[in-house]
Amino acid sequence: MNASVFYAMTPILVLSATAMALMIQASIKRDHKVASIIVAIGLILSLLGSYYASNYTQPVTVLLQVDNWSLFFTGLIIAASLIILSLSLKTFLPEGERKEEYYLLLILSVLGAVVLIQSSHMVSLLLGMELMGVALYVMIAFPERGDLPLEGAIKYLVLSACASAMLLYGFALIYAATGSLSYIGIGAEVARAYEQNPVLVLAGSAMVLAGIGFKLSVAPFHMWTPDVYEGAPTAVTGFLATVSKGAVFVALTRFYIDGNLYQYTGLTAALAVLAIASMLIGNWLALRQENIKRLLAYSSIAHFGYLLVALIACAHIDIQLVSQSITFYLTAYIVTTLAAFAVVASVAGEDVRGQEIQALEGLFWYRPLEASALTVAMLSLAGIPLTAGFMAKFFVITVGVQSHLWVLLVALIVGSAVAIYYYLRVIFAMSKPCEVKGKASTGFDRTLAIILMACVLLLGSWPQPFIAYTGTL
Amino acid sequence: MVMINLILILLVGGLLAMLSERLDENMPRKVAMAVVLFDLIYLISSILSLPEIAQLQAPITSDPSTWLMHFKANWIPAFGISIEFAMDGISLLMVLLTLILGAVAISASWTDIVKRKGFFEANLLWSLAGVLGVFLALDLLLFFLFWEVMLIPMYFMIAIWGHENRGYAAMKFFIFTQASGLLMLISILVLAAINQETTGVWTFSYFDLLNTSIPEQASYWIMLGFFIAFVVKLPGFPFHTWLPDAHTQAPTAGSVILAGILLKTGAYGLIRFAVPLFPQAALDFSYPAMLLGAAGVVYGAVLAFGQTDFKRLIAYSSVSHMGFVLLGIYAWNELALQGAVMQMVAHGFSTAALFMIAGSIQERLHTRDMSQMSGLWHQMPRMGAVAMFFVIASLGLPGLGNFVAEFLILLGLFQVNVWITVIAATGLITGAAYSLLLMQKSFQGEINKKWAESKLSDFGQREMMTMAVMIIALIFLGIYPQPILNIAEPVLHSLLDLTALALPSIAEAKL
Repeated sequence: MNASVFYAMTPILVLSATAMALMIQASIKRDHKVASIIVAIGLILSLLGSYYASNYTQPVTVLLQVDNWSLFFTGLIIAASLIILSLSLKTFLPEGERKEEYYLLLILSVLGAVVLIQSSHMVSLLLGMELMGVALYVMIAFPERGDLPLEGAIKYLVLSACASAMLLYGFALIYAATGSLSYIGIGAEVARAYEQNPVLVLAGSAMVLAGIGFKLSVAPFHMWTPDVYEGAPTAVTGFLATVSKGAVFVALTRFYIDGNLYQYTGLTAALAVLAIASMLIGNWLALRQENIKRLLAYSSIAHFGYLLVALIACAHIDIQLVSQSITFYLTAYIVTTLAAFAVVASVAGEDVRGQEIQALEGLFWYRPLEASALTVAMLSLAGIPLTAGFMAKFFVITVGVQSHLWVLLVALIVGSAVAIYYYLRVIFAMSKPCEVKGKASTGFDRTLAIILMACVLLLGSWPQPFIAYTGTL
Repeated sequence: MVMINLILILLVGGLLAMLSERLDENMPRKVAMAVVLFDLIYLISSILSLPEIAQLQAPITSDPSTWLMHFKANWIPAFGISIEFAMDGISLLMVLLTLILGAVAISASWTDIVKRKGFFEANLLWSLAGVLGVFLALDLLLFFLFWEVMLIPMYFMIAIWGHENRGYAAMKFFIFTQASGLLMLISILVLAAINQETTGVWTFSYFDLLNTSIPEQASYWIMLGFFIAFVVKLPGFPFHTWLPDAHTQAPTAGSVILAGILLKTGAYGLIRFAVPLFPQAALDFSYPAMLLGAAGVVYGAVLAFGQTDFKRLIAYSSVSHMGFVLLGIYAWNELALQGAVMQMVAHGFSTAALFMIAGSIQERLHTRDMSQMSGLWHQMPRMGAVAMFFVIASLGLPGLGNFVAEFLILLGLFQVNVWITVIAATGLITGAAYSLLLMQKSFQGEINKKWAESKLSDFGQREMMTMAVMIIALIFLGIYPQPILNIAEPVLHSLLDLTALALPSIAEAKL
């Protein structure tokens, strides 16, 4: 252990320090504003830290793998958390006294996500996932009023516990088969273990996939998603959709590729079933949703189905291209989803009625900027050219075509064709004429909407620099 | 650069039109008209300044330097995607048609649109820009981009300013084209991937992909992906069901653009991409394609005959007329292709005019139901006369553009398949039936008592001017079609040569 190991861990250390600072602050003087400022500073510092750490990329013990790829996602997720923080301020400031625990939970959850992203060992995978998850249960149930948050939190808690149990049991089986808990170790041993006892390896990794699939809410592990999305405060839903799911997918990718699990057709077939089910079920169930948060929940199920297509493809083609396409897709998805939630948070806030698609009617005419941002976000999720979502889908389809995954591609097309309907419904509602003028937006809401919209459009219309950058990761 | 400027002028012009609403409520339409006319003048002047135009040498399809214009710049080098535009005779004709009908559409929106005029004109100009992109882009991914993006302003035009059932129509229009577009996207990617496997380079350039050697079975599937996307847009039977709804519900200017220009992108795609990229597969598929075309001709005509809604009737007649285009393309000989190009231009004018008349009637009577019209000629003689002209043109009276087009198609088709020609020719008879029915029900007969008292204003100066443009164009096309044929001919020649090279059997037959 020398100093450079600690440099490599800068983001994690800064986040931990921030959590401690928050607790100290709470013991001196409980104050909402101060807490939020500390969190903001902590996040910004760890964002800079993740850039700084890129000079010291190395494995940190057997638990963490700090390389450019994980540092990129660390940075992305911390940036996303900053935006989530700014959305939460609006939600929790008006609620008044003793709400600053929220910030502690937020920072702990981010810390869990970062550990998850950098994990190279099953222990750190579990640690990260639990840290992130436990903090999230409380964040979901945080509002004092209403039953929906509590319902969502309990659902998430109970099902999460089941998923963690599955995950642990899967770890145990894999350990029994390979005698190793680190991804690299599994990767080295898995071929021999598979020869000796294929059932153990397949059953173990299938259980791990099921546990992770729950967190990603791929079908058929998706049941909790709409209720939790709807019940949680909008900012927390945004966190769940972007930071939590993004981090879990990064961990899955690493586990799947480093563990050499992609070579086994049984697993690939299982993943393919999950992918097809997610693409079809997610898009199909989204059709009849009236609440925009529920709609986004189902849409995210479908999107992780698309992402799985890229993951499956690494059985057939160059891993570099696969990881590039996963990087691009996740980035595009996170940016787009943030844009959507930023607009929903500023337009509807916590008002369940306001989250109905109907309530968006006429948004174009009284808040044109935010309506444009939501339109761009919807078009991006639908995969219309010039948006980030199109380039992302282009990547996935290219990878799919190169590995001849025709069945998956057909499901992707059918899913996308169905999806256009519900994304357009949102746009159509916004373009309806309206008599009542809604409340005006604040300058901050507008700035945030413009920035995120610009990111989505830039990634879609001038993707070359970013594609080149993903090639270096 | 000229081609990029053409598109940019429309894009920026749209923005200007939208902003100009702040100065004056009626400013946007003037700005939009000025922008389109400027674009048109710019195009004509830059075409005239080209040295090649004098001799109109035959371009070699696979060599962009022989085309009228060519522009290429890197866009996403990681995948070999570039910003590549090129123009030959056919694209030139289509671009001219687009800009002229764009001006017509703005004129049609002059009094039709009363709310949010700025945003409307902006969407109109942006959709024109998208269509220009489709006609000019020669990088397949860039082409796809314009193909999809041009839907969005069109979607807004239908969804915001459309008639009573606009939400449904706009949605159906978008989903049909988008879903079929996804098939084309997969086809494009498979084509590029096959090319990448053999040459080791990613490229989406039309000129590179023309040389790809594709396994026979794969090429059939890829061709079908393109075919479906284009036939949905055309629209060909049985993918036409979005069209009657979209055309009927769109505001007049939207219908003009949809019927006059957007449908032609499908035909253009077939001529430019679906056949030349996969000559063998297209030849194998030509029989089913021609059957679909003939079915469209008859089916569209029969359904048109049964309509009571003025706009719906014209919409179904479009299905019938575009069936001829499909026939002409898949007959794939010079006569039939000339006819198809001619039909694209002539149908653009005649349908645009008919939709404008439908729009004017609806603006005055607030209905499109023909059973409530009758005898309108007495109150609006000028509109009646104009309508008579275009109805006659659309039924294919000799001496007008549509006749030349349909005659050439049938003539070319006769050399390929006699029976399909016979079926298609019945379309001319049924065409006469529904066209005259339209005229009789709405303009002739007794004056409907409902309107007898009210004063209906006839076509004014602006409307007559717009109509005059299209009347002159159709007469010109009918009496002296040679200039159009001359522009298209070298391009069609080189296309035929290109496919003949790939198909030894045809080349031998020609010898």
